[in-house]
Amino acid sequence: MTTTPLTSSTTAPHHNSLRFAVRDVLTLARRNLLALVRIPTALVFMVIQPVMFVLLFRYVFGALGSFVPGGQYVNYLVPGILVQTTIFGAIGTAIGLAEDLQRGLIERFKALPMARMAVLGGRTLADTARNVLVLIIITGVGFLVGFRPGGGFFDYIAACLVMLLFAYCLSWGFAFIGLAAPNSETAQAMTFPLIFPLTFASTIFIPLYKLPHWMQGFANNQPVSQATDAVRSLMLGYPVGNHVWMSLIWSAGIIAVLAPLAVNQFRKVA
Amino acid sequence: MSEFSVEATDIVRTFSDGDFRALDGVSLQVPTGQVFGLLGPNGSGKTTMVRILSTVLSPTSGSAIVGGYDVVKHPGHVRRVIGLAGQFAAVDENLTGFENLRMVGFLNHMEKSTAVARSRELLAEFGLAEFAHKLTTTYSGGMRRRLDLAAALVADPPILFLDEPTTGLDPQSRQDLWAIIEGLVEGGTTVLLTTQYLEEADRLCKQLVVLDHGKIIAEGTSSQLKSSLGNTVLVLTFSTTGDAQRALGLISDISAKPANVDGTVIELTVDKGPVAAAEALRRIDSADITIAGLQLREPSLDDVFLNLTGHKAENEVSEVPEKMSRRARRKARA
Repeated sequence: MTTTPLTSSTTAPHHNSLRFAVRDVLTLARRNLLALVRIPTALVFMVIQPVMFVLLFRYVFGALGSFVPGGQYVNYLVPGILVQTTIFGAIGTAIGLAEDLQRGLIERFKALPMARMAVLGGRTLADTARNVLVLIIITGVGFLVGFRPGGGFFDYIAACLVMLLFAYCLSWGFAFIGLAAPNSETAQAMTFPLIFPLTFASTIFIPLYKLPHWMQGFANNQPVSQATDAVRSLMLGYPVGNHVWMSLIWSAGIIAVLAPLAVNQFRKVA
Repeated sequence: MSEFSVEATDIVRTFSDGDFRALDGVSLQVPTGQVFGLLGPNGSGKTTMVRILSTVLSPTSGSAIVGGYDVVKHPGHVRRVIGLAGQFAAVDENLTGFENLRMVGFLNHMEKSTAVARSRELLAEFGLAEFAHKLTTTYSGGMRRRLDLAAALVADPPILFLDEPTTGLDPQSRQDLWAIIEGLVEGGTTVLLTTQYLEEADRLCKQLVVLDHGKIIAEGTSSQLKSSLGNTVLVLTFSTTGDAQRALGLISDISAKPANVDGTVIELTVDKGPVAAAEALRRIDSADITIAGLQLREPSLDDVFLNLTGHKAENEVSEVPEKMSRRARRKARA
């Protein structure tokens, strides 16, 4: 028998073009950013928590006296809090995708003539936009409590780019967790055993030499410390050593492994 | 336009590395411009079938042509001619009703003005205009369902897949949704819907297939399925289960098919209702058993299901395989 392909009356003809893929990504990024504004707890998580960390740690750990290079703990702390906040923020990626899956939104998106990569592309782009906002807020609050980065303006921008890239690559890992978890509560629970060792057994809050000896090997070589040291050296105008390169290599490695995992998981789920 | 909007041939889909066959060789043809029903209990494979036809999942083997396009070879083309409303109202709770529809319009690659106009039109049509700019968290279950259906209709697709569209709705909302679906079909839309409500299939579907454990166990029009059973169901009610059991021994040979006994009630499927009823009464009376009630009724799709599968449609407790359990958990939370 003959089958005459159908056409829909209101959709535009050229669906595969790059222009539409970009628009799909932006549409979904915008949707994810709107969620940040509309879920009060998300806003608290995003803004209030890092501000509290800056204020509390600056005065609590700062009271221990000089134990960081350069002497000013606030200068040591703020770049660390920036990295920590972007990692904690990525939990939202895992939770959000798990919820989309639970609510059937992923199923809906997969049946639409949109670019399929836009679901993950839009999500990770929204993460980056959120991180830019967090960067500005924390830098501002840091300045109010004495943060004075010694590096130049362009070094500061470079530091921000290194950090945003690292966070972007990490987002794909959290996307994978969100898609692999059976529900959003589990997704959230799955991120904790990953996040806490990576952020606290690191150089985010205290220098390597102050950590227990047995922890130093892990702390020195893990990606979060490398990214933190890169961001901090650039911001404060310290010699960057190989931290920037190591951070970039880790970023590339993380996305090379985790993005295909996330994409493959996205293909499997509905 | 072609005769069939959907043609599936020998669709197999396995999960858990082949351990579980959700679909085990399903073929069906959906005539253009009708409501076609996929009837079956939980876990029978209905949702998997809809997901394959709507390109959300790929089949393990077999092929399907939807709107003239192969779902595996040209999924992008298929997506432009279908609308899908999944089992759970897939609305973004952080957006308003209007924003939900506009987003779907954008993702259908409509121009902004078209997407906005179409969203407004659908919200008005589905009685949601006054809630258009409220977050969907404030919507009732029936409103979310209507919004979900509206989202499937944004691009005005000629083929619509509805996966259990009225599950969890109150009777009035269900009636409303049925009226909407009937209106769409009058306008020329082809609808494939899944349901575990036999009443729904009876009311809406011109043709249907019955699915159980991933296989089609019956197909035809609803009246064909009913008549395959015999014409009438004879329902006899007794005062005690003991009476019912004794009577069963006397009358079970009146029907060629096995009787359905539920406590004090015996149901027999018979060809000639009045003749069978008279015969049954004669035998019961001569054994001095008191009969409490007698009724003759047309068979329902419930009877069809019971007859085909040996179990009732709604009481089915399905084995939920690992890959499907997300859905079951979702259901438990709902």
